Amino acid sequence: MINKKFLFSIGLTLLYGLFLASVVSAQQPTPSDDQVNAIAKQLYCPVCENIPLDVCPTTACAQWRELIRQKLSEGWTEQQIKDYFVQQYGDRVLGTPPAKGINWLVYLVPPIAILAGAFILFRAIRAWRRPIQGENLASTPDDNPADTDPAQDEYIHRMEEEVRKR
Amino acid sequence: MSDNTTDTTETPAQKAKPRWGRILAWIALFALLIVVMLVLLQKQQGPVAIGQKAPTFTLTTFDGQEIDPTDMAGKVVLVNFWASWCKPCEQEAADLESVWRFYQPRGDVLFLGIAWTDTEKASLEYIDKFDITYPNGPDLGTSISQSYRTTGVPETYVIDKNGNLAALKLSPFTSQAEIKAAIDPLLGP
Repeated sequence: MINKKFLFSIGLTLLYGLFLASVVSAQQPTPSDDQVNAIAKQLYCPVCENIPLDVCPTTACAQWRELIRQKLSEGWTEQQIKDYFVQQYGDRVLGTPPAKGINWLVYLVPPIAILAGAFILFRAIRAWRRPIQGENLASTPDDNPADTDPAQDEYIHRMEEEVRKR
Repeated sequence: MSDNTTDTTETPAQKAKPRWGRILAWIALFALLIVVMLVLLQKQQGPVAIGQKAPTFTLTTFDGQEIDPTDMAGKVVLVNFWASWCKPCEQEAADLESVWRFYQPRGDVLFLGIAWTDTEKASLEYIDKFDITYPNGPDLGTSISQSYRTTGVPETYVIDKNGNLAALKLSPFTSQAEIKAAIDPLLGP
């Protein structure tokens, strides 16, 4: 009887141990620095502007990296972590501003400026080429300016009349 | 001859087209310059000036309490921006707490601590370390610090009973007497 109870308690302990082991193995392993930095490099802390979080040496940024590690170990996704940081610290923590409000200018102005520049360049090149073609045509011996300009036509006509009279 | 004449002469409608394009391009460029100018002006503005109406805000404290402008109305309010990683903030933390305990029984003085770009865990450790009892909460989305146009931490703003900014300190207070000197003139007899 005692042996049976003893065996039963050992079996129960083993089962409990297995249960605990399965719970522990179901938790996320401690995230590596690379995993943390993969998210951290997309974020900027307002304290040290223009330095990504993954390389920022300040205490504030170290705390933020630890927060990312904690959230990753709790099973949060990259997007969830970024959303959390935006909610806590504002849009400016993001490396790329979200496409809303005045931020649209960041996405619209550069392509529009490039297109406008290409258009201006195209027009300028076309305008530069026109006078060269005109000069070539003007230098041909057969060309008569009177053919193209009615005012000059009238003027030449009057000149010829004058010459004939003399 | 007549063909050449028609080729080189543009109708008024043809002439108007590129002009409209140019006008629109200039308007767009001008609008962009105005936007850039406004953003630059906003960035170059210093903190809220003394005598100006202090920005109103609602603070959700770390223990979930909501403090809104109605809670601040008719009181002298000291708003202190701090962070757990900020060493100069530690210099004034104990003094602020002592002065808060001095004024708290009056009921017409309110101290508010705003944790700027800090993690909650570190903030709570800081509050615990200095035994801070006045309401403290995170600056969610950094909206409060942006409305006050803060330039860093620690920064302290003292608001009079009419809601106007009466004093500001852009560095740590060095003594309790200095904090009291900013508050006392704003209190009634």
